[in-house]
Amino acid sequence: MQTNSKQSRYGMLIDLDRCTGCGACMLACAVENNIPPAHAGTTDRTGLTWMRVHRVEQEGNDASTQTVYLPLMCQQCDEHPPCESVCPQKAVEYDPETGIVAQIPVRCLGCRYCMTACPYHARYFNWWDPSWPAGMEKTLNPGVSTRMRGVVEKCNLCHGRLQEAREQAAASGTSVVAGETFVPACVEACPTRAIMIGDLADPESEIARQIKTPGTFRLLEQLGTQPKVYYSSARQWVREQLQRTIASTRTEVLNG
Amino acid sequence: MDNALISRGLQRTSFKKFLLWILPWAGLLAVGLYAAYRCLAYGLNETNMDNRFAFGLWIYLDLTIIALGAGAFFTGFLLYILKLKELKSVINSAVVIGFICYSGAVAVLMVDVGQPLRAWFTFWHPNVHSMLTEVTFCITCYLTVLAIEYVPVILKHRSIRRIPSMLVFEFQLHKLMVVFAAIGTFLSFFHQGSLGGLYGVLIGRPFAFRPSLGIWPSTFFLFILSAAAVGPSFILLTTWLTSKLSRKTLVRPEVFRTLGKISGMLLIGYVLAKSIDTLIWINSTAPSLGYPAARFYQYPGFGTWVLITEIVVCGLIPALIFLQPTLRQKTAWLVTAAALACAGIALNRFVLTVQTLALPTLPFDPFMSYVPSWQETATFGAVLAYGVLLYSLSFRYLNLFPQERDLQPL
Repeated sequence: MQTNSKQSRYGMLIDLDRCTGCGACMLACAVENNIPPAHAGTTDRTGLTWMRVHRVEQEGNDASTQTVYLPLMCQQCDEHPPCESVCPQKAVEYDPETGIVAQIPVRCLGCRYCMTACPYHARYFNWWDPSWPAGMEKTLNPGVSTRMRGVVEKCNLCHGRLQEAREQAAASGTSVVAGETFVPACVEACPTRAIMIGDLADPESEIARQIKTPGTFRLLEQLGTQPKVYYSSARQWVREQLQRTIASTRTEVLNG
Repeated sequence: MDNALISRGLQRTSFKKFLLWILPWAGLLAVGLYAAYRCLAYGLNETNMDNRFAFGLWIYLDLTIIALGAGAFFTGFLLYILKLKELKSVINSAVVIGFICYSGAVAVLMVDVGQPLRAWFTFWHPNVHSMLTEVTFCITCYLTVLAIEYVPVILKHRSIRRIPSMLVFEFQLHKLMVVFAAIGTFLSFFHQGSLGGLYGVLIGRPFAFRPSLGIWPSTFFLFILSAAAVGPSFILLTTWLTSKLSRKTLVRPEVFRTLGKISGMLLIGYVLAKSIDTLIWINSTAPSLGYPAARFYQYPGFGTWVLITEIVVCGLIPALIFLQPTLRQKTAWLVTAAALACAGIALNRFVLTVQTLALPTLPFDPFMSYVPSWQETATFGAVLAYGVLLYSLSFRYLNLFPQERDLQPL
C-alpha cells in the first residue's frame, strides 16, 4: 500500500524493453496538461514536449543495430534539484512532502536559467503565444491552468491529477495512493504498461522493490542530482549506452 | 553651431562632421530598437534561441560588456581608495564607459527575459541561493551608483556651471565620490563574481561546473580577477581609440603605462589562477562527474586551441608585454596587449556561455550550435551603437579627459 505520508517520494520506473515508441504518453501528457498545438514556426528544438520519446540507436558499425525508445520527462531530481536553486524568483518549487519539483509559471520571469541548469533538457520555454484552433478550446482540461508566452514549463507529474486525488481522498477520509488513486496521464495511456509510478520512500511499494532489481538505472546518476525517474532494460547495450556519460560526436546546427 | 556647448579650451570637429559620424550609428540604433521591439511585441520566437540554447548572443554580450565595463569600478577604486592620482585623467571616461556597459547590459536583459514586466519579482520573491538574484541586486544598485558618478561629469558642463546651486551641488557630490567609489567597488566585486558563479554552480553542466571555495565556485573569483585585470586595458584601448579618431592627445603617455602595468600585474595573477583552476578541473572535477575533460574538445571548431588561445595568446602574452618595461614605453605594444587582453576576456565569456550549452550532457545528445537571428544581432548592434553615441556625445560636450586642455599644442 502506497500512501502520501509526510515523506513520500513519488517516482517513476520506465521499462525500456516494453516501450514501443508509440508516443501515446506524449499525446496523453499534452492533452492532460493543456499543451497548445505547435505554432507553425515551431522546430524540433522549440516545441513544448513535457514528455518526449527519444529514439536511441545502438552504436556500432554492423547491420544488426538495435533501437531503444526512451521516454524522457523531468527526472524529478531529489533534495537539491539544479533548476530549483538557480531560479532567481522562486518559480521552481520542491515539495518536501512528495518530492515533486514543480514550476510556478505565473511567477516565472522567463530568464531560462533553469533550462541551462537542467542536464536532462526537460524544461521548455513558451516561445509563442499559446493558441487553440476554434472549437479545440473545448478540449481544454479545466483542472490545469494554461501558460502564457515567455515562461518556462515542464512535467510536474500531473499536478492536476494529484490535486484531484487529494480532494477525493480528503472527501472519503483515505489517503492518496500513487499508482492507484493518483495516476499521471502518461502512465495511464501507455498501452504496454511500460511506465510505473509509486512512492519510492515506501519500502513496501512495488516501485521500491522494482528499482532494486538488476537492470535498473538512472540517467546521469554520477552528477548527484538524484533523479526519481528510473529506467530498466534487460539488454546490456541499452544499459551501457544510456549510463555512459560520454556523448556521441553527432553535431546539429540550426540556421533559423 | 554648437560651439557654446563645447567646454572652453577644447577643440572639437565641426558640427557637420560630427553629424556625419553619428548618423550611421543612429541608424544602427534605430534598426536595433526596431528588432528589440519585435522581440518584446511578438515574443522570443523572433530569436534563434531554443530549448537547448536557452541562452544565446545576448547573455554572451551581457557577460562580456560587464567585464569590459569593470574599468569603471576598478579605476575608481585605484583613484579614490588607493589614491593613485595619475588615473584622475581617465576616471571621467571610465565612468561613462562603465555606465554605457551596465545600462546596455540591463537593457538587453530586459529584452532577453520572457516576461520583462515581472523583473521586480526578483526583488519581491528573491531566491537567495540563486546567483542570478545576486547579479540582479548588485547590477541594479551599481547602475544607480554609476548614474550618480556620471552626474558630476555632466554638472561640470559650462552651461550648467552658470547656475550657482548646481555648482554647489557638484562640489558636494564630488566630495562624496569616495563613498560611491567604495560602494561601487563592493557591488562590482559581488556581481562580477556572481556572473562567474552563474555557470560555475551548474552541476548539470560538467564543462562549466567548478567546486566551491567557501560558498562560491572558483569561477566567482576568476571573474572578479579577470574583470579587474581587463578593465584598465579597456580604458587604455578606448582612450587610445578616441585619441586616434579625434586626432587629439588626451592623456600623458605615463597614464597608458600605468594602466598597462596595472592590467599586466592582475593579468599574470589571473593567468596563474585560471591555469591552476583548469588543471584541477581536468584532473579532478570533470572526471569525478564522469566526463573526461578531453572529450569536451572533440567537436569541430571547439578544440583545445580555444583553451590555449584564451590562456596563452590572450592572457600570458599580453601580461608579459605589459610587464616588460621596455615594451611598455611604446604605445603600439600597450595597445596590442590591451586588445589581446580584451579579446581574451571576450573569448572566456564565449566559452562559458556558448560552448557550455553547445556541449551534450545526455549520452544520446548531439553537439549543438545556433546562429543568432537578425533580430538578436541587430539588438546587439543597438547596444554597440548606443555606446558609441553616448560616448561620442559625452566626449564632444563634456570634459572626459581633464589633461586634454593642457596637452593641446599652443
